[in-house]
Amino acid sequence: MIEAVNVTKCFGENKVLDQISVKFETGKCNLVIGQSGSGKTVLMKCLVGLFEIDKGKVMFDEKVLSRMSFEEMKLVRQDIGMLFQGGALFDSMPVEENVMFPLSMFTDQSLSERRDRANFCLSRVNLKDANKLYPSEISGGMKKRVAIARAIAMNPRYLFCDEPNSGLDPKTANVIDNLIKEITEEYDMTTVINTHDMNSVVEIGDNVFYIHNGKLWWQGDKESILNSDNKELNEFVFATELTKKIKSAL
Amino acid sequence: MKNFLIEIGRYVKLMRLVFKRPEKQSIYFKQILIEIENLGLDSLGIVVLISVFMGAVLAIQMAFNLDTPLVPVYTIGYATRQSVVLEFSPTIISLILAGKVGSRISSEIGTMRVTEQIDALEIMGINSATYLIFPKIVACLFFNPILIMISILVANFGGWAAGSLTGMVPSAEFIYGVKAFFEGYDVFYSLVKTVVFAFLIVSISGYHGYYTKGGALEVGESSTKGVVHSSIAIIVFNLVLTNIMLS
Ligand SMILES: Nc1ncnc2c1ncn2[C@@H]1O[C@H](COP(=O)(O)OP(=O)(O)OP(=O)(O)O)[C@@H](O)[C@H]1O
Ligand SMILES: [Mg+2]
Repeated sequence: MIEAVNVTKCFGENKVLDQISVKFETGKCNLVIGQSGSGKTVLMKCLVGLFEIDKGKVMFDEKVLSRMSFEEMKLVRQDIGMLFQGGALFDSMPVEENVMFPLSMFTDQSLSERRDRANFCLSRVNLKDANKLYPSEISGGMKKRVAIARAIAMNPRYLFCDEPNSGLDPKTANVIDNLIKEITEEYDMTTVINTHDMNSVVEIGDNVFYIHNGKLWWQGDKESILNSDNKELNEFVFATELTKKIKSAL
Repeated sequence: MKNFLIEIGRYVKLMRLVFKRPEKQSIYFKQILIEIENLGLDSLGIVVLISVFMGAVLAIQMAFNLDTPLVPVYTIGYATRQSVVLEFSPTIISLILAGKVGSRISSEIGTMRVTEQIDALEIMGINSATYLIFPKIVACLFFNPILIMISILVANFGGWAAGSLTGMVPSAEFIYGVKAFFEGYDVFYSLVKTVVFAFLIVSISGYHGYYTKGGALEVGESSTKGVVHSSIAIIVFNLVLTNIMLS
């Protein structure tokens, strides 16, 4: 379980996160939703310790992140897989090496074992025949999928995905959503996903957290989100014509 | 002044991170080889080119200025060699390398910073400062002295060629001069300078890259800062080292 207690984060005068307290359960897909600019990415970076928080604390299975030493932090991080919103692939390495990189760094596997694992991960994100290409030579959606493959290569205990399916077509997006759900349940991971895609919410949202104005505005699951009477949440969920039609049909 | 002290503080902190124990030695060894190729071998061409012309110009200027019967002709070879060994190769070539290698390092690391690649390394549990900067430091500490030795040889050759081709200095006289009054300590002094300058170039430009904030524009800015600051550091340390070692 990952827990945030009263997490507050400001950039100068701009208070992006205001006393956010959430619990992300293990073995579940925990979705953080909210408008663009609402602070989802900032929250995720606070959780993993890339941003220092101004107040509050973050706990990984009872261990407090801010109290860890440099070495302890490194150990916890070897259990973290993270997909960045922009992919953050190493552009000096081809696709396959990107996925193999954490394995080369932290395991004693032989080259062929690492290559097999990389190919397995790449096939799970529906990506074949791109192994030898460099990140600059593949499309945006492909980059995203390589980044997901790299994030899951080490079978992390904690998986963080910042908008895993933005920039993907609906079908591939669905494949990715279900992949994340599958591995979360299979390996009992604690998975946190930032998204503003309602399809993902309805598909895999075991726990859903809605961030609005820097606060945790609503929380529930994929069923309750459609029947909530929270005004701001409804404005967010039923923002388009299509979703409005679905709402009236419900 | 306050800003300067803050920057020095951050620089020292970064260097302490850089010299933490690496995660996996075999990977680092491979990285070092790659950096030797990227930062060292890749600079060989420009170093040779500049050194030949530098030596040639030096010899011609010496010949021009020492054109009096009071000084023996071989002095031209001797003076050329001394200038090259003591100052021109270690300092001027290091300044050139600060431009070439320094800007490359700052912009490479800076781009990794703004595209979150450094964050990705950190999240995996890798000490990004060590991973990115340490192999570059080792590569340059090892290879820059080689470049400078080559530069010294080539510059003397350039001087000899210019002297002979223009007919200003007879070949035998120049060669005699180059060999005259040779002291090993001069070369030692030259190599010490080179090693110190190599460290300054990599660490300062690495520092500016590592702390880049923003986007493409800022990457350009850090790359400029990397070159300017490491050049200034070279000039200052040149004076300091010369004072310590030659007085
Ligand atoms: N490094 C930073 N420095 C200053 N302000 C920042 C920084 N990162 C984010 N912010 C601010 O924090 C707020 C939230 O940004 P964040 O990236 O978390 O949004 P988001 O919810 O992830 O949006 P999106 O869905 O578009 O990715 C924005 O107002 C942004 O200006
Ligand atoms: Mg975001």
